[in-house]
Amino acid sequence: MALRTWASSTANAFRISHASKSHPFPAFCLSRCFSTVLDGLKYASSHEWVKHEGAVATIGITDHAQDHLGEVVFVELPEAGGSISQGGSFGAVESVKATSDVNSPISGEIVEVNTKLTESPGLINSKPYEDGWMIKVKPSNTSELEAMMGPKEYTKFCEEEDASH
Amino acid sequence: MAVPQAGKLGHPLMNLVRFKGLPILKQLHLEERLLRTSSDNWCIINDGTNQPTIVMGVSGKPAELLEIESVLCDQIPVIRRFTGGGTVLVDPGTVFVSFICNKDTVPGLQPYPRPIMSWSGQLYNKVFQGIGDFNLRENDYVFGNRKFGGNAQSITKTRWIHHTSFLWDYEVKTMAYLKLPARAPEYRLARSHLEFICRMKDYMPRSTFIDKTEEAIDTHFSLRSRESEDIETLPNIQFSPSTRPLTKRELEAAALASPSEGAFSHSSSL
Repeated sequence: MALRTWASSTANAFRISHASKSHPFPAFCLSRCFSTVLDGLKYASSHEWVKHEGAVATIGITDHAQDHLGEVVFVELPEAGGSISQGGSFGAVESVKATSDVNSPISGEIVEVNTKLTESPGLINSKPYEDGWMIKVKPSNTSELEAMMGPKEYTKFCEEEDASH
Repeated sequence: MAVPQAGKLGHPLMNLVRFKGLPILKQLHLEERLLRTSSDNWCIINDGTNQPTIVMGVSGKPAELLEIESVLCDQIPVIRRFTGGGTVLVDPGTVFVSFICNKDTVPGLQPYPRPIMSWSGQLYNKVFQGIGDFNLRENDYVFGNRKFGGNAQSITKTRWIHHTSFLWDYEVKTMAYLKLPARAPEYRLARSHLEFICRMKDYMPRSTFIDKTEEAIDTHFSLRSRESEDIETLPNIQFSPSTRPLTKRELEAAALASPSEGAFSHSSSL
């Protein structure tokens, strides 16, 4: 029982939704807490997502991550033009009393940074897969993307991670 | 030689280092370095820092949080630390306890802010059992509804730090350097600093607090005392801390840019 009191969330369930620009996922609330996992994205075990479109990959943190972190009040982002390595930290979010590193699942050149997050860090909580994106990268090694988890695999990963704590 | 990660009865190993009067900037640099470059678990206890210093969290804005004119006049150092959270004024009456751990060190503990905070509350529950109605309230350690311990954390991919500044004693006049923060816990109810905080010395002798804290840590971990010189001999991995003091120029610029510091902007131009 003592271990359960350390868990940050009550019973969690996951729902896979189809990403679309106009209706990313239904905005309704159930008695259980749902973390959304979007179809069409790739996922890292450190809870970042990647959307690969053409030559650019967009990166953010997942709904599961933002839910566990709490209200985001500050976001630290890199400058565009720099490079990142797979697994390396590119920034941080502040929530509750903590700064938490955000790690890049892929290597590449940072081509754009979401400057809206400076004034509106809460976008990471309210729209983690849309307006809450963090950086855009030109990947230097596409095999890193292929090795990432798909939605079903990530959903199972999160369920197992939550169950083991 | 590799240091074993488990000691008595399979409890994870925790290296304990004690300081007295270590400057807070040195403490924070050390903590950041251990978080980022060590793979061992550490507990740092600093019994008082050497001089009054203001320490802001990573996103702290001086104009919003400080009475900058007074801070500059009295030459109080201001530091921005690497962890989140609010602003504290620390001095020789502050006792610091910091935990730096690998994410798998505490069985069943998820490396997120709220679980770590809850775990720390349970540890200190042992220290303050039966004393002063101790509680972890929102993210503060309180006796009743008065705060005596402030917490902050930083979480990386594989490790985390949870550090606390305990108000064993404080000087009333130094609280005047801090403004009422815009972001405050609900239980504060807009109280001034002096109505919101309390002194641990009214509840427990200083040495008793440190002894009981070590005893409580010893129930979770296998404690191994290390000398402060041991840390100096750790592998010297290239590392630049992000914790830094704010310059006089930065503070003056913050004051000039702030509408509420208008009086200062007039006096500074004389």
